[in-house]
Amino acid sequence: MTVLNSKIPDGPVADKWENHKFSTKLVNPNNKRRFEIIVVGTGLAGASAAASLSELGYKVKAFTFHDSPRRAHSIAAQGGINGAKNYTNDGDSVHRLFYDTVKGGDYRSREANVHRLAEVSVNIIDQAAAQGVPFAREYGGLLDNRSFGGAQVSRTFYARGQTGQQLLLGAYQALAKQVASGGIELHTRTELLDVVLKDGRACGIVTRDLVSGEVASHSGHAVVLATGGYGNVYYLSTNAMACNVTAAWRAHRKGAFFANPCYTQIHPTCIPASDEFQSKLTLMSESLRNDGRIWVPDAFDDTRSPSQIPDSERDYYLERKYPAFGNLVPRDVASRNAKTVVDQGKGVGTLKNGVYLDFEAAIERDGEAAVRSKYGNLFDMYQNITGENPYQTPMRIYPAIHYTMGGVWVDYNLMTTIPGCYSIGEANFSDHGANRLGASALMQGLADGYFVLPYTIGDDLAGRLGEATVPTDDPVFAEAEAGAHDQINRFMSIGGTRSVDWFHRELGKIVWDYIGMERTREGLEKALSEIPALEEEFWKDLRLPGSAATLNSGLEKAGRVADFFELAKLMARDGLDREESCGGHFRAEHQTDEGEAQRDDENFAHVAAWEWNGADSVQTRHQEELTFENVALTQRSYK
Amino acid sequence: MTQELNLTLQVWRQEGASDPGHFETYAANGISEDMSFLEMLDIINEDLIENDQIPIEFDHDCREGICGTCSLMINGQAHGQEKATTTCQLHMRKFNDGDTIVVEPFRARAFPVVKDLVVDRSSFDRIIESGGYISVNTGAASDANLTPVPKEAADTSFDAAACIGCGACVAACPNSAAQLFTSAKLAHLNLIPQGQSQRFERTETMVDTMETFFGSCTNHGECHEACPKEISLDFIAFMNRDYVKAKMKNRKLAGQS
Repeated sequence: MTVLNSKIPDGPVADKWENHKFSTKLVNPNNKRRFEIIVVGTGLAGASAAASLSELGYKVKAFTFHDSPRRAHSIAAQGGINGAKNYTNDGDSVHRLFYDTVKGGDYRSREANVHRLAEVSVNIIDQAAAQGVPFAREYGGLLDNRSFGGAQVSRTFYARGQTGQQLLLGAYQALAKQVASGGIELHTRTELLDVVLKDGRACGIVTRDLVSGEVASHSGHAVVLATGGYGNVYYLSTNAMACNVTAAWRAHRKGAFFANPCYTQIHPTCIPASDEFQSKLTLMSESLRNDGRIWVPDAFDDTRSPSQIPDSERDYYLERKYPAFGNLVPRDVASRNAKTVVDQGKGVGTLKNGVYLDFEAAIERDGEAAVRSKYGNLFDMYQNITGENPYQTPMRIYPAIHYTMGGVWVDYNLMTTIPGCYSIGEANFSDHGANRLGASALMQGLADGYFVLPYTIGDDLAGRLGEATVPTDDPVFAEAEAGAHDQINRFMSIGGTRSVDWFHRELGKIVWDYIGMERTREGLEKALSEIPALEEEFWKDLRLPGSAATLNSGLEKAGRVADFFELAKLMARDGLDREESCGGHFRAEHQTDEGEAQRDDENFAHVAAWEWNGADSVQTRHQEELTFENVALTQRSYK
Repeated sequence: MTQELNLTLQVWRQEGASDPGHFETYAANGISEDMSFLEMLDIINEDLIENDQIPIEFDHDCREGICGTCSLMINGQAHGQEKATTTCQLHMRKFNDGDTIVVEPFRARAFPVVKDLVVDRSSFDRIIESGGYISVNTGAASDANLTPVPKEAADTSFDAAACIGCGACVAACPNSAAQLFTSAKLAHLNLIPQGQSQRFERTETMVDTMETFFGSCTNHGECHEACPKEISLDFIAFMNRDYVKAKMKNRKLAGQS
């Protein structure tokens, strides 16, 4: 028997959300102001939730570690946002978006959640357009759509290559309006250090003011974590430098189950690292694969420049292995094949860590002007970063981590296993299964924030009318603050020899090598022995100059890296126990003859949700069974 | 092949708002030309930590030129000498071996220094809070295609909306004026149909709020030169026209025209 109650409503999948909204308890409009809600994180999910909750009348306290809510990494999303509007009359519908998303998630997501996501996707487009988000338009002034990530219909709304930026600014501006009206109390440069519970229920948070170093408590009737994904556990990723798992992890340590941590997504077309000190990887649009040909030299350790390698000595390995799809195979297939050839020693570039993406044929066929008009901005970006001209020499690309599907386990109401504590956006695990489709991340963040949480949070609050918040001088807050101080003091007093970044880089290498694109039992076991050893060294040999009573980015990073160590161990354990391949989780032992992911639906059509048992023991694995009543389970093939 | 640079850095160090601050000189040796400017600062910080000294604080996050967090005056220019480039996208191959590089925070009265190269740009948030939005509560929107937006207007609105709020315009301005930032948000919202009902009220409140923090515009155009997103000066003219209109217009009759 599972301890997890997903609270999925009864009835046909298409009616569940409608029925649930009707049966959800409501808080009278005049009573909403009597509830205080803490929202941590101000990206798409957090800003949209804070704004919407405040508009409803709740008293909201919003927290961000950035200097402004507008800096959240949602801002960097390029491609677009899906909406089942069927404006293009090509046969899209809520059901088709639902179907594609369940299938795209490799049948490891909840049908009910995904259907709700598809339903509200249309409202998100309306809301964003009304806010003035400058989506691309046709000459008649109506919204333009494109097909994205291999979808058979054009349902992706986009704003040049800056869709995330514009959607975030829309949500940020809605939040700013509520800040000005007094409905939201905004705390910038303030980081969560702990989630506080009283009698088993979330009653507030402990934070550190990043400028003054002051540790303080904030109480509320509910706590919402909208703190993004954990891709930075790999050190090199397309995430921003400050992205972290700390809020989610500290909630996990207080009782929130952490689900499917091994589900991470790789993006195949990023610019490879140029040296040891590279701080992040830059993603380039996957559309480049439409015209670029991917190859490596036939010979090992070939040091000739690409122009000196004749066609007969090149291996166009995707075209060779997948003649039907060629260079357009899905993200995970393209990524794994790149890793294979680089691991064989055929990588290109000074560090031999990339493969060529060659536009010579496209330029010969269509002319440089045509290629420039399609990809000009991407080519410029590549040249700016690498100093190489991709019109003359092939680009070098390599996969990088850019999204994490796993996260805090939540029920249908988006509540975690801690009563009163919610998790939304990339921070939770709920909608993408084992693999996220393109243009679905923005959709989910905004769905949770604008249209799901504002309804579902009332269900729990309605029964608590008249309950006061726990005062911040309560012993539970004092205890949590003392714990936060202890950790800070511990960091500051280690007095070792190595920087936080050094440990983060070393951890990232282990996680990338063994819990990256391709996992094996042996590798995951190795990760489980190497990570704790490095973690022990971290706590013995960390050096943090400066003071905790001032802006100290090293101290901020230390707390985040400490949490990444614990997360990395759980990722390895989760990957080890999931004896199948699905979506972003590829176990080399479980593949078809064609080298495709081999799912084991009989034994693994479930969510693995891990329960914290204290720092000295291993988490307990709980299962939430997934049932598929509306989408038939199938196997992918790209030959 | 990758070149290595040996550089001398003069970096502004300031412990906090009340510390007068000073320059420190650091040697940056063996810097790969493929590094970004911020990665070069990462290396200097690694060296400082190695020598048990306090690393340099600077603002940064996405490192792909979109979040607007990074700042820095590099040799007296906001985000350095490259056109249309944020500091995080400025690469060391744009410098020469042996160069001395002066690194300072963005300087403006409205951007007080927090520590070292980190400044407080929350005055920008106050401007947005004063009217930089379209009032549409969640759930109140009609179907998106009920409001067509002429493509040219949508494109110009987008050109303005591309502002990343970094503050380079203010740092580059001899008057520390924020006209380019404010006008970019006004143009984004005022040029499209959705923004019309609050257009003049928004213009008035945002300009008035801006004036409480920032200096006045005297048409130098340095803001546009420094802007990593090349926001057009035309938007300032558009803002000024709307501000005059806002003062003249009888808004009770706004529904008539």
